[in-house]
Amino acid sequence: MNEVLQGPETRQDIEALLPGETSILQLQRSLRKPRVLLSIFLSLLVTVLTVFALVPLFSVIFMLFYRGGSNLSASNFWSLPPAPFEEGGGFGNALVGTLVMVGVAGLISVPFGILAAVFLAELGPNSRTATVVRFCAKVLSGFPSILAGVFAYGAVVMLMGGFSAWAGGVALSILMLPIVMLTAEEAIRMVPSKMREASIGMGATHTQTVIRILLPTAMPSILTGVMLAIARAAGETAPLLFTALFSNYWVVTNNQLDLHQPTASMAVLIYNFSGVPFENQVQLCWSASLVLVLMVLVVNLAGKSFSVRTPQR
Amino acid sequence: MIQAPKPDATTGEAVIDCDLKELYYGSFKAVRDTRIPIRKGEVTAFIGPSGCGKSTVLRCLNRMNDLIRGFRFEGHVQFRGNDIYHPGVDPVAVRRHIGMVFQQPNPFAMSIYKNITYGLRINGYRGNYDEIVEKALRGAALWDEVKDKLRQSGLSLSGGQQQRLCIARAIAVEPQVLLMDEPCSALDPIATRKVEELMTELKKKYTIAIVTHNMQQAQRVADQTAFLYVDTSQGERTGHLVEMGKTEQIFEDPQAEQTRQYISGEFS
Repeated sequence: MNEVLQGPETRQDIEALLPGETSILQLQRSLRKPRVLLSIFLSLLVTVLTVFALVPLFSVIFMLFYRGGSNLSASNFWSLPPAPFEEGGGFGNALVGTLVMVGVAGLISVPFGILAAVFLAELGPNSRTATVVRFCAKVLSGFPSILAGVFAYGAVVMLMGGFSAWAGGVALSILMLPIVMLTAEEAIRMVPSKMREASIGMGATHTQTVIRILLPTAMPSILTGVMLAIARAAGETAPLLFTALFSNYWVVTNNQLDLHQPTASMAVLIYNFSGVPFENQVQLCWSASLVLVLMVLVVNLAGKSFSVRTPQR
Repeated sequence: MIQAPKPDATTGEAVIDCDLKELYYGSFKAVRDTRIPIRKGEVTAFIGPSGCGKSTVLRCLNRMNDLIRGFRFEGHVQFRGNDIYHPGVDPVAVRRHIGMVFQQPNPFAMSIYKNITYGLRINGYRGNYDEIVEKALRGAALWDEVKDKLRQSGLSLSGGQQQRLCIARAIAVEPQVLLMDEPCSALDPIATRKVEELMTELKKKYTIAIVTHNMQQAQRVADQTAFLYVDTSQGERTGHLVEMGKTEQIFEDPQAEQTRQYISGEFS
């Protein structure tokens, strides 16, 4: 790297240079210069710290594959949780329960989130209401999730007289709403204003512009936000402890979805089985953790794939 | 002080009569004393330095300025004798009759076909879209280049093609007037030439008003030319009409000293 550059030029050549001319030797890279050393040191530092930051993530994933992957079997996916000392069993009802409750949460939060985003981005971006709503959404996105559970307990469980998938869905929707709302607002704002102008200039009303141009153009980014929100909600435990509780039975009985019963979820199953002394349940807990992490990962990747297809111009 | 000459209404019929006595954005007076008639079947060019209010005046003609906060003006803009700023007039309806092509090509992120039919769909038009799409694309001299890829995204076209797509989209709804706000400033010379040829073709059917920075372009395409200049005498940058007339007259025999200096490049 630091070898002397071979060229026709010698010291005499350099001295013979005319003012304003540059010798190749003056352009040579030198490791002795302090700023070069500092640059190399900082690059190394950044690389090493990045690797350190990834250690926890990869060790968790490694542990999950190592402990959870070894005993994961297909029957886990359609079996009910085992009783203590019982062999086999699975997390089928918890998987379905999580999907159902996240679905309910999505049905609540996505329409409200997108409509609120349309207001924030289009109708009154500078209005007082928008400022207040935006501030609340930001506070809500950092809201302790257990409080969402307490709220849903007070608002739904007490009212309906029992733990239910509805209550779980409401609690999760409180966590999803700000994510959907803020990412959708950003997505709508990112639509180039020249498209908005083009539509207005064609004689479209404001409503037509929002429905036919802004929302379709922003849709990939909005879906990314929805996917991120779903990924977050799927992994939440605290809000479900107060609302859906847990159940050892299916949420679907006799081909009918019953949302008024306590409902199992992956997160609560992991929570319940992680502290028990029964080997089979602990093993199932590992397997369920792996499946949950993979689910969240897939949803995240799906969200990313939407945003990749966003037109850039 | 040079007075804006009275519009000469003897030749041709003015489709739009635009008379802006004073125009404000908030407290900023952007344009004053500008009266420009747009004559039927002709190309009217607005020339002048940056910041002289050419685009502002053009955007008054189909109420695009309504979107800008703090916009207001004194005077009137009449479209075929009707004041388009009358409280009973729907700006959306105005824009359906007076179409617009913008400086930056701005196709929607949808297929070429859907870009063209957008204006029809928002109007609830039910009929043979294929025919209209072909007619509009032929009208914009784009048909041969895109006829085999109508389902591709409008954004996949080159800049010049995108701009002609925008023109096709505008003429698909058969407006009576087409406003063009520096339609060639983002295009290369070849694409510019194509759009200019297109304008000459389009004026057989549509009345056109165009804002341009390029004086050769005005000379090539325009029948009438309006020269606007910016007045900094009162501490503000207020644009106003200096003179308007037939393009040859403006370029060969300008009446106002400012016009003469501007077109000879003595200031910019």
